Amino acid sequence: MTLLARNAYSLLSRRGLASAAASAPKATTSRLKTFKIYRWNPDKPAEKPQLKAYQVDLNNCGPMILDALLKIKNEQDATLTFRRSCREGICGSCAMNIGGRNTLACLCRIDQDESKQTKIYPLPHMYIVKDLVPDLTNFYQQYKSIKPYLHRKDYPADGKEILQSIDDRKKLDGLYECILCACCSTSCPSYWWNQEEYLGPAVLMQAYRWLIDSRDQATKMRQSMLENSMSLYRCHTIMNCTKTCPKGLNPGRSIAEIKKQLAL
Amino acid sequence: MPGVKKLSGLQKEVIHLYRQWVRMAHTKPIDTQPRFMNFIHEEFGKYRDLPRKDFTTIEYLLRTGSRRLQMYSQDDVKDIH
Repeated sequence: MTLLARNAYSLLSRRGLASAAASAPKATTSRLKTFKIYRWNPDKPAEKPQLKAYQVDLNNCGPMILDALLKIKNEQDATLTFRRSCREGICGSCAMNIGGRNTLACLCRIDQDESKQTKIYPLPHMYIVKDLVPDLTNFYQQYKSIKPYLHRKDYPADGKEILQSIDDRKKLDGLYECILCACCSTSCPSYWWNQEEYLGPAVLMQAYRWLIDSRDQATKMRQSMLENSMSLYRCHTIMNCTKTCPKGLNPGRSIAEIKKQLAL
Repeated sequence: MPGVKKLSGLQKEVIHLYRQWVRMAHTKPIDTQPRFMNFIHEEFGKYRDLPRKDFTTIEYLLRTGSRRLQMYSQDDVKDIH
């Protein structure tokens, strides 16, 4: 019986309904944690951006930062703006700077110490559309510029799929998982200063993913695209990208591999 | 020329953007051009009182202004308001 009741409660709270909080059994004490969130409204451009503080009761909140953000948006301030979609680290929409670290809000746990406050900013050194929403046009444009699709002159005569050995397929592991959340690129100082010309770790990792794909036949073209002082060689192996990647990938290694490939 | 103030780089950029908009308006059908000019004057007039030193805001407005210019200068856009 108690099990059933608890199940019903967890279902309700998972829906994130405001009524769920009201009908929930009274928690012993409320644990209010302060979240300071970057706010900027494009409709009033003359007003300076500011940090706004919100208090969230951790007893009535999911474990992730995204839960807290949704709770604030639902219950306190509906004007708070951020991108979110899948809430499980697959879409890469909710990339932001949480506690000084670029990560996905849906994969970042709330620090349960309520005496400390958490600061949430948009991705650093990007133009801001509103609040926590950065303008990623340039980032997507750069991704487009590396032609991230299969280039081939001829296809198998039987009209079926292009085969690949198990070893060749294994080379793509750790590369294809990238969700292009832009966490790594925006954590790279080199990318901050040369956003227009330097491609940035996320895009370079995808460039490498297509360079080593055994089915791709445009390796020469892809290599010559990178052979200038800006696109690739602005990487100074700072390795912020690898440190920050919310999916645990290693863009720094991919860039090093491209450099090796171009040098040999 | 005494008395003529030298413009700062940012002021030049604003004037450049304004002229681009006007040039764009002149490519539109002749009977809709006054409406385009009205629109341009309205939009630029909105921030007439912005302090000259408010660089971040001016830069933001320049960015959005040129992005909107790209949109409005498409041939499909024939009229406004």
